Amino acid sequence: MSAQRAETVPAKGFDDPVFDGQATFRAAMWALARPGRVEAVSAALEPPAPLSREAAALVLALCDYETPLWLDARLAGVPAVAAFLRFHTGAAIVEDPREARFALVTDPREMPDFRVFAQGAPDYPDASATLIVQVEAFGDGLTLEGPGIEGRAAFGAAPLPADFVPRMAANRALFPLGVDLLLAGAGGVAGLPRSVTVKEG
Amino acid sequence: MSAMPAITYNFAYLDEQTKRMIRRAILKAIAVPGYQVPFAAREMPMPYGWGTGGVQVTAAVLGRDDVLKVIDQGADDTTNAVAIRGFFEKTARVATTTSTREATVIQTRHRVPETPLREDQILVYQVPIPEPLRFLEPRETETRQLHALAEYGLMHVKLYEDIARHGHIATTYAYPVEVAGRYVMDPSPIPKFDNPKMDDCPALQLFGAGREKRIYAIPPHTKVRSLDFEDHPFRVQRFAKPCALCAATGVYLDEVILDDKGGRMFVCSDTDYCNTRQEEGHRGEMSGASPSRQPFPPRGEGAEGGALHLSPPGRDRSEAAGEGASGGEVRP
Amino acid sequence: MYVAAKGGEKAIRNAHALLAKRRRGNENLPSIGLDQIAAQLTLAVDRVMAEGSLYDVELAALAVKQARGDLIEAIFLIRAFRTTLPRFGSAQPLDTARMLVRRRVSATYKDLPGGQLLGPTFDYTHRLLDTSLDSSEIRSTESSSGVAEGAASSVARSVAEIMPRVTDLLGEEGLIEASPADDGGEPFDITRAPVSFPVDRATRLQTLARGDEGYLLALGYSTQRGYARSHPFVGEIRFGDVEVMFEAPELGFEVNLGTVQVTECQMVNQFKGSTEVPPQFTRGYGLVFGQCERKAMSMALVERALRWQELGEEPGAPAQDEEFVLSHCDNVQATGFVEHLKLPHYVDFQAELDLVRRMRSEHETEMKEAAE
Repeated sequence: MSAQRAETVPAKGFDDPVFDGQATFRAAMWALARPGRVEAVSAALEPPAPLSREAAALVLALCDYETPLWLDARLAGVPAVAAFLRFHTGAAIVEDPREARFALVTDPREMPDFRVFAQGAPDYPDASATLIVQVEAFGDGLTLEGPGIEGRAAFGAAPLPADFVPRMAANRALFPLGVDLLLAGAGGVAGLPRSVTVKEG
Repeated sequence: MSAMPAITYNFAYLDEQTKRMIRRAILKAIAVPGYQVPFAAREMPMPYGWGTGGVQVTAAVLGRDDVLKVIDQGADDTTNAVAIRGFFEKTARVATTTSTREATVIQTRHRVPETPLREDQILVYQVPIPEPLRFLEPRETETRQLHALAEYGLMHVKLYEDIARHGHIATTYAYPVEVAGRYVMDPSPIPKFDNPKMDDCPALQLFGAGREKRIYAIPPHTKVRSLDFEDHPFRVQRFAKPCALCAATGVYLDEVILDDKGGRMFVCSDTDYCNTRQEEGHRGEMSGASPSRQPFPPRGEGAEGGALHLSPPGRDRSEAAGEGASGGEVRP
Repeated sequence: MYVAAKGGEKAIRNAHALLAKRRRGNENLPSIGLDQIAAQLTLAVDRVMAEGSLYDVELAALAVKQARGDLIEAIFLIRAFRTTLPRFGSAQPLDTARMLVRRRVSATYKDLPGGQLLGPTFDYTHRLLDTSLDSSEIRSTESSSGVAEGAASSVARSVAEIMPRVTDLLGEEGLIEASPADDGGEPFDITRAPVSFPVDRATRLQTLARGDEGYLLALGYSTQRGYARSHPFVGEIRFGDVEVMFEAPELGFEVNLGTVQVTECQMVNQFKGSTEVPPQFTRGYGLVFGQCERKAMSMALVERALRWQELGEEPGAPAQDEEFVLSHCDNVQATGFVEHLKLPHYVDFQAELDLVRRMRSEHETEMKEAAE
């Protein structure tokens, strides 16, 4: 009985939900406010694989029973991940990406088209999805322009889908509609809000 | 009667679920600069219209290591600024300051500090009426459509009617701006003098309207343009005289009435800026003389507590800047 | 030298000390007890619970005392406390047909099943000041609590059978529109999500239920004077105790959380009918915590007026304007924003002063030029 229970108790979440939640939110806030700049995420928690510490921290900081959450195929195949996220956030895990306020993507190369997620409406552009995308590393290779950036900023992350630049261009063209991206990986988070223009080089 | 329930409050008063809800609204506000995100504003232990929106935004962003500054009309010592600062000292136990340079989060009502802001700072504005089109079209159902269509002709018509009637735009505060080339936004009732500070500002600017339940934002380094016309470019107020205490020019001044015979002086509205300059040795025309008795001693019950916000100078005051202290308007 | 006073904190402290002194009043008199407020200023307590949206007699009595009898301030105190409370779930809809009725009147029928029960009311009192109330005796001669309680408990017996709601009686004959069915969904919660217009029925009723009594009274009154006239009849007003049932998902059965006192008003209004619907009566609904008949009736009038679109009526009256009515009925919001005008505005005022001076000097120049 006790062994069985140990298996069903989800892995540890935030040490301090109030302050870890606040610090992780602040990182996400600055990440979207300064697109492309990597903000440190330092909360210690132990999510079940393949979910990374940084991506898990973002979900715990931002999601709750009011935010339906969509998991990509790779995560949906791991019941412990859904159990972990449900236990710590109370968020409903939804299968229809259109219903999701947040989407968690751990296999960016196979990321679905952005248009399957809520884009917001002309009178309520805020009713759009936020995609939390788990990456392995940040780097360069892309140039960003837009609100939050003084001039231009170099940015890069891997892995990303092959058509990432045209995807982001299509998303930008929808402004003020569109999805917002939080890229989580390697100790930090970077933001690509719908307002950003992404180019090669 | 049974014993009253023991009441304990969370860090920064709001419960965690409420903070997350506000935080999500802030993220969307940043992603769509200038767009007013509806949020489920909570009832706060201070009246609507007294900064409940700013307080909720501040409570949602504030962390243990933040240093908070609260100003009202540019001053740290106005009663409502004191009350809000005290609220966070009590509920969040954060460090507070009056120094713009030391602060990481600045909550403000009606001013942008004179000291240029840095990229690690957050400026939280208290907003009474977030809708720039409200006085042209009172209905939310209508204004929401106008924003959706970026149909801002109404606003331009209003500003142009001013020009036709008065020869210039007669809006002096809460002067509408266009953010990142898309949304027209109310900058809150700051004097239009402060509008240029919003443009390309390195700090993050967040706006909270509690009663109207809206949050909006300007990310750092974002284009903020005050609406104007080619033949009537945007202008800001210029003061003919420097600050009477610190001799600063190019800053916003408060007019202080000195007596009932037309005597008045102009002093910095930003008290931290003024005090810092005075500490650095800058002297205006009315500083430096020996302190003297107040001509209008506070009267009434409890007045010994300094009920007057500003105590005017004594009999030996010098000639103050009088009529014509306004130096007209200049292009920023 | 000019000195900018740093008196803010001290001034606030002193002002609050003075407030406490004024609240206490003459110290030779005993401090008023919360039990006295709860037992003797019941309608003040009821209003604070209703518009404070929190059913707690003791806290409402405390708020009335702390607010020195200023009921809007007391409502504000309750709201600010309520917002910090954790939410465990939603209760089942109150079943007012099963109310332990303490008062029940109908203006539409002289007699009806269950009868009329006058109960504790100011109606038909002569509004003559009663100097016999100027007494500190424990038990006054006017007390008749034994009688009232007896009447109430006699009515309470299997109440649903003997005291059906008047609108249910009309409904059996098909003379009145059906009450909207409960779709079982979670109703919109105006305290947890921002309202956007147009609103649904639940949002409208919630907003009105915590709306200001005086505001709704004036709007309801305006509908009687021809501004959105709906020919109302008081089908029924009932006041009494209703059980609050809660179904905890983990338990799988309903538990009784206790009882609350509510006033329910069902207005019966004329409706000419349309191409789809035959002529029938329509409903205006009011439900308020405590005994607040004026509020429940006003709410029912305004609720009905706001349904003009659904019933194909002519718009144009203030009470029909949904965004106007609902956006301004909260007295905590209203008092905050009206009273915020006493906060310093000298930065904005300075900007306006400068503009007016400039415009005056331009005007003067123009006049001079015209004269020359």
